[in-house]
Amino acid sequence: MELLKKLALCTSPSGREDGIREIIKEEVKECFDEIYTDALGNLICHKKGNGKKLMLCAHMDEIGFVVTYIDNSGFLRFGNVGGILAYNSINSRVVFENGTVGTISYENKENPSNINLSKMYIDIGATSREDAEKKVKIGDMAVYHSQFYENGNRAISKALDDRAGCAILIEAVKKAEKSANDLFVVFTSQEEVGLRGAKVASNSVEPDMAVSVDVSNVGDTPASLELNLKLGEGPAVKMKDSSYIIHPSARRYMLDCAKNANIKFQLEASSYGGTDTGAIHLSGNGVPAGTISIPTRYIHSANEVIDIADYKASVELVKTVIETSAEEYLQA
Amino acid sequence: MTAAQYLKMLDEKLGVSGNEKDIQELIKKLFSQFCDTVEIDGIGNVIGRRKGTNNTAPSIMIEAHMDELGLMVSRITDKGSLNFITIGGFDPKVLPGTEVTVHGKEKLFGVIGAKPPHLVNDRSKASKIGELCVDIGYSKEETEKLVSVGDMITINTNYTELSNKIVAARCIDDRGGLAAILRTLEILKDEKIENEIICVATVQEELGLRGARVAASHIMPGCAIAIDVCHGESDDVRDDAFPCGNGPVVTVGPNLHTKFTKMMLNQAKKNSIDIQLEACSGDTGTDAWEIQTAACGVPTALISIPVRYMHSNYEVASTDDIEATAKIIAFTIKELKDGECLCF
Amino acid sequence: MFMFLKELANLGAPSGFEDSVRNFLKEHAVADEIYTDSIGNLICHKKGAGKKVMVAAHMDEVGLLITGITDSGYLKFNALGGIETAVLCSKKVYIGEKKIPGIISAKAVHLQTSDEMSTPLKFKNMYIDIGASNRSEAEKKVSLGDAAVFDGEYTPFGNNLVKSKALDDRVGCAILLELMKETYDSDMYFVFTVQEEIGTRGAKVASYNIKPDIALVIEGTTCSDVYGSMEHNQVTRLGDGAVLTAMDRAAISNREYFNFIVEIAKENNIKLQIKKTIMGGTDAGAIVTSGTGVKTAVLAAPCRYIHSPVSVMNLSDYESLKELSKLVCKNIERSGL
Repeated sequence: MELLKKLALCTSPSGREDGIREIIKEEVKECFDEIYTDALGNLICHKKGNGKKLMLCAHMDEIGFVVTYIDNSGFLRFGNVGGILAYNSINSRVVFENGTVGTISYENKENPSNINLSKMYIDIGATSREDAEKKVKIGDMAVYHSQFYENGNRAISKALDDRAGCAILIEAVKKAEKSANDLFVVFTSQEEVGLRGAKVASNSVEPDMAVSVDVSNVGDTPASLELNLKLGEGPAVKMKDSSYIIHPSARRYMLDCAKNANIKFQLEASSYGGTDTGAIHLSGNGVPAGTISIPTRYIHSANEVIDIADYKASVELVKTVIETSAEEYLQA
Repeated sequence: MTAAQYLKMLDEKLGVSGNEKDIQELIKKLFSQFCDTVEIDGIGNVIGRRKGTNNTAPSIMIEAHMDELGLMVSRITDKGSLNFITIGGFDPKVLPGTEVTVHGKEKLFGVIGAKPPHLVNDRSKASKIGELCVDIGYSKEETEKLVSVGDMITINTNYTELSNKIVAARCIDDRGGLAAILRTLEILKDEKIENEIICVATVQEELGLRGARVAASHIMPGCAIAIDVCHGESDDVRDDAFPCGNGPVVTVGPNLHTKFTKMMLNQAKKNSIDIQLEACSGDTGTDAWEIQTAACGVPTALISIPVRYMHSNYEVASTDDIEATAKIIAFTIKELKDGECLCF
Repeated sequence: MFMFLKELANLGAPSGFEDSVRNFLKEHAVADEIYTDSIGNLICHKKGAGKKVMVAAHMDEVGLLITGITDSGYLKFNALGGIETAVLCSKKVYIGEKKIPGIISAKAVHLQTSDEMSTPLKFKNMYIDIGASNRSEAEKKVSLGDAAVFDGEYTPFGNNLVKSKALDDRVGCAILLELMKETYDSDMYFVFTVQEEIGTRGAKVASYNIKPDIALVIEGTTCSDVYGSMEHNQVTRLGDGAVLTAMDRAAISNREYFNFIVEIAKENNIKLQIKKTIMGGTDAGAIVTSGTGVKTAVLAAPCRYIHSPVSVMNLSDYESLKELSKLVCKNIERSGL
């Protein structure tokens, strides 16, 4: 799990994907005919092929914190970059791109259950504004400070959303024995702030079929929401979330790939969440698109949990997608 | 065929957002009777084109959405019943006591039961979607063989004439709009029209105007008329609602093109067709909102059919309003010509 | 085999409007003497030398009563019997003898305040839309006091289940029709009662007139073996057989009689479950206290979503109920009751 660890621990919130992009570019440079970065920072990797244009994607960015104000005593006020949850953040450590570490606390005359981000601050151990400004400026971004842990069954880390998706794409591309389509693998930017990278990437790639790989919530923890997914039951083919509903062609393609990959897989239909697929399927004159979901606990916290067997099965599934021509599914 | 006959025919086909295949096929067939070409785009919109006699005249897109609300299986419970999510904005209060069809390996009859009264914790709170189940009468093991997560669930209703004008049906929103398009095409069948008519039945309106956004951006029509439904008046609904049977509703406001709309209103007046007026200060919540800003921008008008109890099991409307909608659109198309009214 | 049940379940007969069911039963009843009493109960007497036994099922179903017509032509209504208000909105009903179709309606979801959204609908928030544009147009079709019944056909589905709007208590009516075909030692009165759903009113009159020694009530009863319901809350379970009631709000079963029924079920290998609640009441409540008192028991078939347009029963439970009722009636002389 070295690749996943390396990707997950990289500090790259939305709009600041430079770090993660360099790591990924280095990993995949041998695998493609052409690799370029577009205006929004998407990393677009093209492996030329005959068939239809197939776009696979996973987003590189992660949720984070952006400094909005530094007070006289050196405390940092901040805003959210993507879906930061107040209750997940209290007393969490954060780390800035330059390695500065801080901890998040809140105005403690408030009842913690009423807390929102505007009543919270980051303490980087500064003694004054001047002291703080030596390390951090307004507009700097931080992410959860986390360690990567795995015990053979499960992995725990920040940013498995969606570095797990990125790692799965990279491993699958390397493992694939052939490429049955004109393949574009896109590591997208700015997903967490509204699917922005994917939107422009699909406008330039103009795919015929697209599949994104992202994490999805599970319902297998004590007294959890009644969601269908469980850790360890394999990756999920997503039928619906709040951003899209699967196109019948994409549904057939995804289900056939899942069956042919010889893996355990699950099905998902949810009213929540959204992924790059939501932006891609509305581009051009409409793009049949699907999503592979990696079952994940505690999404958008410093400690997201995935199952390693699910991860490996996802690699097999993406590999099968790469090896399967989308052409006949698009004709039907 | 009459507007009522079209409506009944369209209402009998299913087309939950994202799974519009049944209704799509019917519309393709019906459009083909009046159009030179009919195609289905990448997201599933049906687009019929009828050539105009003048190449330089602006094309006109007349549009209604073909998708309807529905439910989707999200989980199989340990009792073999089905948890579900909604596709589109359903009122959970209309679901208990409803008969449904689960579109699994085969079509399965099911019911949504009310939660037994002695199991309801708080009688003052209505059931939420997550608390309801579809009962298909099988054990968990049997159900798992027949049903998968992601399968569609549709409401069983039948088209009912309440009086000779007023009908109750599952999705007059927006099959009523499609019926109006078909009637428009029928009225204009033997007329020579300068402008190309592009009739579009869009998908996934109920999930956020998704089909219209895609359709308008690649068709790039010269102008467009969106046809949707608005709230019908009833005893408990007086504000922002319009009586059924008093004519369709034409909307004015920044979402709509002023001169184009005015031309449409004049045509209604000139031909003695009753209409009602609605003013809307921002988002009309219809496909018109997406179409207006698609690609390089499209002058757009909106005409709506008043529908009572929108997004419930039975929507109620007047078929006269559908027919009047078609007439206004037909007169508007005849008058469009070189599109002078589209300029500022 | 379930023909009577299907035809009976498809008839519309809310409390006080039982004519269609009574006519059907009259046509199919087999007895020495058949008559209708002053309140509308249908009494079928099969003479015998033994004890006087009354077997009862009620003809009426839950429904709605039209209580008002508004100026704009909508119908206001109230419940006929203990209907669950949560199941009413957006359902089709048929009103009056002319079976005028109407839709039970309420404000569209978009127009509700957030309070209205989360609050269950009450009768005052709903009305029936019959497509009339004003009061006088509505009055041509419907009068105050007309009754409305739910739309919906008897439908088999799932694993041996059926759905209908009126299993409670057409199940009992269908079983009584079949029981009548048998011969008995006792003096048998098969009684189809009216107005059970609004307070077991028919049964009161019938038992006063007949003065039975022993009574058996055949019913459809509550069942909540659904997802989210703990075992002890399930009341009865579909597929677990006929239901015998020890006690409810209206009556306590005679103990010897109760034990006798349990014995018969055991001897004949008929599936029997004991109802796990003391809520509710049936015609037994009226019968047990009539005259000098009547030894009474209640046997029932479990029905999920009872008192809704979509109540659901397992046909194997119907079979168990029929067999057990028949054996109880045939053996009652040796019961020592």
